[in-house]
Amino acid sequence: MASMMPSWGRYPPARQHVLRVHDRFAPLPHFEGHALPRGNGRSYGDVCLDDGGTLLDARGLDRFIEFEANNGVLRCEAGVLLSEILELCVPRGWFLPVVPGTRFVTVGGAIANDVHGKNHHRVGSFGCCLRAFELLRSDDTRKICSREENPDWFAATIGGLGLTGLITWAELQLQPLRNAWFDTETVRYDTLEDFFALSDESAEAWDYTVAWVDCTARGKALGRGVFSRGNHAYIAPHAREPHEGRLKIPFTPPFSLVNGASLRAFNALHFRRAPRTVRRATQHYRPWLFPLDGIRNWNRMYGPRGFLQYQCVLPPHVARDATRELLERIAASGTGSFLAVLKQFGTIASPGLLSFPRPGTTLALDFANRGRGTFELLDKLDETVAAAGGAVYPAKDARLTGVRFRQYFPAWRQFSEFIDPAFSSGFWRRVVQ
Amino acid sequence: MSGKRILIVGATSAIAEATARLFAARGDALYLLARDRARAHAIAQDLKVRGATTVHSAELDVADFSAHARAIERAFAAMDGLDIALIAHGTLPNQARCDMDIDYALREFAVNGTSTIALSNLIAQKLQAQGHGMLAVISSVAGDRGRAGNYLYGAAKAAVSTYLSGLRQRLNKQGVNVLTIKPGFVDTPMTAQFKKGALWATPEAVARGIMRAMDRRRSVAYLPPFWWVIMAVIRAVPEFVFRRMKL
Ligand SMILES: Cc1cc2nc3c(=O)[nH]c(=O)nc-3n(C[C@H](O)[C@H](O)[C@H](O)COP(=O)(O)OP(=O)(O)OC[C@H]3O[C@@H](n4cnc5c(N)ncnc54)[C@H](O)[C@@H]3O)c2cc1C
Ligand SMILES: NC(=O)c1ccc[n+]([C@@H]2O[C@H](COP(=O)([O-])OP(=O)(O)OC[C@H]3O[C@@H](n4cnc5c(N)ncnc54)[C@H](OP(=O)(O)O)[C@@H]3O)[C@@H](O)[C@H]2O)c1
Repeated sequence: MASMMPSWGRYPPARQHVLRVHDRFAPLPHFEGHALPRGNGRSYGDVCLDDGGTLLDARGLDRFIEFEANNGVLRCEAGVLLSEILELCVPRGWFLPVVPGTRFVTVGGAIANDVHGKNHHRVGSFGCCLRAFELLRSDDTRKICSREENPDWFAATIGGLGLTGLITWAELQLQPLRNAWFDTETVRYDTLEDFFALSDESAEAWDYTVAWVDCTARGKALGRGVFSRGNHAYIAPHAREPHEGRLKIPFTPPFSLVNGASLRAFNALHFRRAPRTVRRATQHYRPWLFPLDGIRNWNRMYGPRGFLQYQCVLPPHVARDATRELLERIAASGTGSFLAVLKQFGTIASPGLLSFPRPGTTLALDFANRGRGTFELLDKLDETVAAAGGAVYPAKDARLTGVRFRQYFPAWRQFSEFIDPAFSSGFWRRVVQ
Repeated sequence: MSGKRILIVGATSAIAEATARLFAARGDALYLLARDRARAHAIAQDLKVRGATTVHSAELDVADFSAHARAIERAFAAMDGLDIALIAHGTLPNQARCDMDIDYALREFAVNGTSTIALSNLIAQKLQAQGHGMLAVISSVAGDRGRAGNYLYGAAKAAVSTYLSGLRQRLNKQGVNVLTIKPGFVDTPMTAQFKKGALWATPEAVARGIMRAMDRRRSVAYLPPFWWVIMAVIRAVPEFVFRRMKL
């Protein structure tokens, strides 16, 4: 059955057969041509698409295998959602050391993109809390991979974009937790310099840090935004668990709701509403770590043409200038998004061969797909990133050229020896051409 | 005792597994019967992590009638009696093949109809002896009326539904509740080859409906409930009209 099954950005379009995988002991289902594992489709672009091929939908691999409540080692199948892990382990006093900005991603997807969270500067990326996994190849061989066993396959599969085989199960090291709450601080800041100062000052004492940037601000206000930082709370407040909103964008509007006017209005308002001096609050982990999960299908607001996300990382020594250059280009274009995010990555290296996170400053934001203009702008941003020696995040990408990708990920050639001969993706075909 | 003791036949079914997770989350004890040992074991491990107090699993191919009695006997013994038995196994026979190959059709009837009746009978005897408990069986809306597309399956489910209706009456005064579950279209491996539309439900939604029906000690549960309306209309169509309809 051919199906659309779009990615989160709903761009590019792709048609693919979908075969469901439910049984971790079974060989891969039979397919013609090429195939690609699929998690929960939360990647923005085409790393989770295989136009003209087959998607091996691994969401059905959703069983827990073992949870050692004394030392926090969790083994589960690869289609389990991080949200399901949190529901299970938070009441028992354990937490996932690394979570991205949405909890509706699978363990397999989190490995294949080696995802990072707001605490990258403290714990590294998802691969850092990964103890082992099983890889199922199209020739029906299986490999247990860990730092000790098949370490080269372990490294290739972390950040391996689903291309090295199907991950059937994984074993994670969780982190002990006192309660489900965060002690947080929020403060607004006025210049890009302030962002760097706040990041530096917070890195020691705060486990989670991130900033929202007003991507429409220019001149002296360039880079202004709202900085937030948080730590797991020592003491839970006497408050009830907040109810998650049932907000939902029920259908795709015929055009993008994000345009120049709404963009400027939202960003200005968001900045003004933020506290001028540090505001403290104790917040439940769900709204604090996953604010966007409160609005289901928010990706529909960009209309039928979808949107592109751009996330890059810039090395520390050039980060200030390069970030400024990017923000200037974006602000001048009059496009961008409600939520542009700026964060400092730390120095903890991932075991992954093709991992995106590396020391420096990362900037992420969405762009409504307005056709040529949007793509030209992103190419321009790539000029800055490439000149700075940075990289762009494949999980968010739908348009990177092969030249740029190979520049950003020089290990790609070494990596390609681990690719399953029957596996491919829209992304991979694009960037190796 | 806090949790309930629960037996599931056909425990690798997607609907059964989704239901078992709800049992596990509230701390019940489970006994799983399935023909695929490895998958049953994987489900047992999962249920344990999700909070089930104990989970046993054992092998049963329901087409092997001679194995029924022992399998049921063992389940009751291992669990020291049961509060709930859920029968969930089933297949979706290829009707065109049934039309040409009566041996195949009868084998499919045995899996979907006769075996379920046999197991219901065995379990009912045990529950009756206990003087309490619930037998819940997944039948189908397909048993409410024969359609050209799947009447062998429909006939087997009709036999099951009718059998359960009589059994319910018989056990009414014995403290044993009999629940007939009639799902509509559910997105599971059984229906993988169909195109899904608005009428389709997830196994999780059906599982929640099963729990509700059990808690309320209902007799018959259409799931999702709107299927009761659809089937009432379909049953009301006179046969001379129905014969010309394409459903
Ligand atoms: C609102 C939002 C916020 C986000 N925030 C962040 C963030 O803060 N940090 C971050 O790093 N990312 C973030 N992301 C991106 C997201 O975390 C990644 O794209 C993630 O990989 C998606 O996982 P998925 O389960 O949806 O997988 P998919 O998107 O379906 O697939 C992702 C990749 O994993 C592979 N894959 C999936 N399952 C398997 C398997 N079983 N075996 C082998 N390969 C497999 C696929 O082939 C594909 O290459 C965000 C996304 C959204 C929508
Ligand atoms: N899906 C629907 O739309 C729908 C609608 C109405 C009613 N139902 C009924 O719901 C019940 C559950 O089905 P499902 O939708 O959850 O589909 P499913 O996931 O395919 O489950 C069917 C189960 O029956 C088992 N089974 C088949 N033959 C067996 C045998 N000889 N011995 C032991 N087990 C056997 C299968 O075991 P294996 O895993 O080993 O194959 C499988 O676990 C069935 O009774 C079905 O008729 C389904």
